[in-house]
Amino acid sequence: MLDFPLWKRITLWVITLGFAFAALPSIASLAGIEHDSFEGPEINLGLDLAGGSHILLEADPAQVAEQRLESAEESVQDILSRAEPRIDIGEVSTLDGQLSFMLENPSDIDRAREELRDLLNGTGLIAEWRLDVVDGNRMVLTQTEQGLDEAVEGAMESATEVVRRRIDSLGTREPTIIRQGDSRIVVQVPGLEDPQALKDLLGQTAELEFKLVDNNALPSDIAQGVANPGSEIVPYSEDSDFAGQFEAVRRLGGIRGDRLTGAQQGVNPQTNETVVNIQFDPQGGARFAQLSTENVGRRFAIILDDEVISAPNFNEPILGGAAQISGGFTTETANNLAIQLRSGALPVDLTVIEERTVGPDLGRDSIVKGGLAMAAGSFLVILLMMASYGRFGIYATCALILNVLMVLGVMALINSTLTLPGIAGFVLTVGAAVDANVLINERIREERKRGRRVVAAVENGYKEASRAIYDANITNFIAGALLLGFGSGPVRGFAVVLIIGLITTVFTAVFLTRMWVAGWLRAKRPTELNV
Amino acid sequence: MRLLKLVPEDTNIKFLKWRVPFYVVSILLIIASWGLVLTQGLNFGVDFAGGQEVRVTFEDRETAPIPELRQQLGELGFGEPAIQRFGDANSVSIRIQLPEGTEDEPGAANAIGEQVIGQIQEDYENVRRDANETVSGKVAGEFRERSVWALLGAMLAISLYIWVRFEWQFGVGALFALFHDVSLTLGMFALFQMEFSLQIIAAILAIIGYSLNDTIVVYDRIRENLKKYRKMPLPELLDLSVNETLARTVMTSLTLLVALLPLVLFGPASLFGLVVAITVGIFIGTYSSVYMAAPILIWLGVTSDSFVPQETVADKQEQKMRGET
Repeated sequence: MLDFPLWKRITLWVITLGFAFAALPSIASLAGIEHDSFEGPEINLGLDLAGGSHILLEADPAQVAEQRLESAEESVQDILSRAEPRIDIGEVSTLDGQLSFMLENPSDIDRAREELRDLLNGTGLIAEWRLDVVDGNRMVLTQTEQGLDEAVEGAMESATEVVRRRIDSLGTREPTIIRQGDSRIVVQVPGLEDPQALKDLLGQTAELEFKLVDNNALPSDIAQGVANPGSEIVPYSEDSDFAGQFEAVRRLGGIRGDRLTGAQQGVNPQTNETVVNIQFDPQGGARFAQLSTENVGRRFAIILDDEVISAPNFNEPILGGAAQISGGFTTETANNLAIQLRSGALPVDLTVIEERTVGPDLGRDSIVKGGLAMAAGSFLVILLMMASYGRFGIYATCALILNVLMVLGVMALINSTLTLPGIAGFVLTVGAAVDANVLINERIREERKRGRRVVAAVENGYKEASRAIYDANITNFIAGALLLGFGSGPVRGFAVVLIIGLITTVFTAVFLTRMWVAGWLRAKRPTELNV
Repeated sequence: MRLLKLVPEDTNIKFLKWRVPFYVVSILLIIASWGLVLTQGLNFGVDFAGGQEVRVTFEDRETAPIPELRQQLGELGFGEPAIQRFGDANSVSIRIQLPEGTEDEPGAANAIGEQVIGQIQEDYENVRRDANETVSGKVAGEFRERSVWALLGAMLAISLYIWVRFEWQFGVGALFALFHDVSLTLGMFALFQMEFSLQIIAAILAIIGYSLNDTIVVYDRIRENLKKYRKMPLPELLDLSVNETLARTVMTSLTLLVALLPLVLFGPASLFGLVVAITVGIFIGTYSSVYMAAPILIWLGVTSDSFVPQETVADKQEQKMRGET
């Protein structure tokens, strides 16, 4: 047990010092020292220490299903009316997440099935819709589960991309944007001064639509929320000049704002109003030109996230592919909208379901106070160890210091994050490390009391104490691993420190101190042991 | 140099003599704790209840205007806000739970948060927003579920390991001791209505870890003594084992306490709940390893045979071949 050949000693020192040195860049940067010799991977500070925002966004898959239904409705009408000869259908109903319509002529059924095949099968390898024929002439389209899953997946992927582009436009430092589970996105932005601005930016879907106003709608019907067939009633937005009023618009045949190449906040020189200038891509521009040419003199509604922001006239055909939207903007809201339109609309609405923000002052305060308290605690522990175990207490103290350095080093190397609960994890690591040495030293005392000679007492002390140390650390390891697996957020920061700490504790408290004690026994050959 | 010895050598305290009264008291305490948890309930923080917690500092004031805030925010109609000092005298934490019936609305918590912050900024100048936590009902439900699994999972997995390493009686004993610790800690939180958050789950797991450490040290010594003193009556043997490890128990508990005390006294306010829970837990855990984990072995019928391997015929042959018999 006390035999340490050279290779063993070198290995132990290399491992210890290797990991301990890896802690130096992190310590240097915490202390504010900048020097070339302290370059290397560093420990990340959690948002609770560094300050910043953690925002969890969630999408509602039901909304994706609804959107698919809507676009399928448009496609069905489009496809069947283009068929040669045209296939006539009755009113399309979208009840219960199903699309159903009657064929005017039941003999068209096979032709309709053929025409709709591409839509039903989609582009992937799976069937996106199931088609049933009821009563010989009614076709019912139902979304398949795989089709919907794939659509949600696609929507989330592009939503994540949109979120990333929007945050990048804020120019913040090192944001983290990760998808989580089926329908969630985690956004972490360190050192953010105003999380509200970020939430405003992310919370808006920014789906821009241009729809023709239904001129046949009676004002009394609009007021009661009754729309003509093919129309819908949309409220004006709170910020617009007509807040509280409604507009009837044609449901289909409009243009979506996803065909944009640019958007900027600007000012209309004639009215001095804040506006957003948009540029369509060539296809969108052509559609817009056609729409405006066909409807000169008629009103169209500019709809943002299902709210009308204004409903101007097409005074003349708009051919250049550029347009201007107005509707009670402030400079800030116009700027936000421009960013949102540039980065694209979110394919689904995202709701903030969890937010944790810590101001930079509070974070700094936590580091200082936590650090000082830990230093004071460690000092007391060291004092107690030295007073109780003398020389062996000094060994334990050195092992303890190296232990803390190694934990920091390993954390830096695996790029993990130190959180506030992680500091508590350090306290427990110190506790476990002390306990290991206490166990060993008390055991050596006992063995001496039983009359064993010095070398035998030390040897037995280590051997007998190690068993309990291993058992205790392995069980704690199990608890830590479960915490890491099931725990959430801040708790995991605690678990990481705990797990790393357990391993380094066994290493430093058992192997390292034994090597030192063995070296001392060999050199001095003491006959008395003051433990 | 004379070294400090906290526990005199050769202690012989009859711990186990009082095992029945202690057990009765402990079981009553466990029942009382669960009674408190069920009747009083735990004071869930936003992590588990959902809602909004804002921490603000009134930078140009000596003390925070708590009564005024209570009234102004109460008028928002989200029920009585829980407002308390947090750290410095001019800092407060304001907690507003999700109103009934909004647990399923994903955006409800966020909407409340915006209104609360808006109201404070309207009524006061120079308010520094230190922290803001918003948790929706759904996320809070997930936190509750995962925390329960983490606690149960940790307790069971640990007991299984001890069963494998020791004997089943020891596994049951450890499980019971852990159950005792978790129950009493929860009871304390219910009694004093201290805020129960995700951090406290970390604290409870730390307590489990620590208490277990203690239990294992005592168990390890019991195992050793069972092999050594095969004729000694079990209660006496347990007492011996506890006494032999007493110096270590006291020393370790004391060092952990001196490490934790500065954190309790001058540590950051956000860690206060966690370190207080661990500190109290150390006492509960130490007590349980002596009075819960050890005596239960008597009732579960541990004998010295539990650890002496039955010699098989093969063993005997091997010994014979080595010429040991």
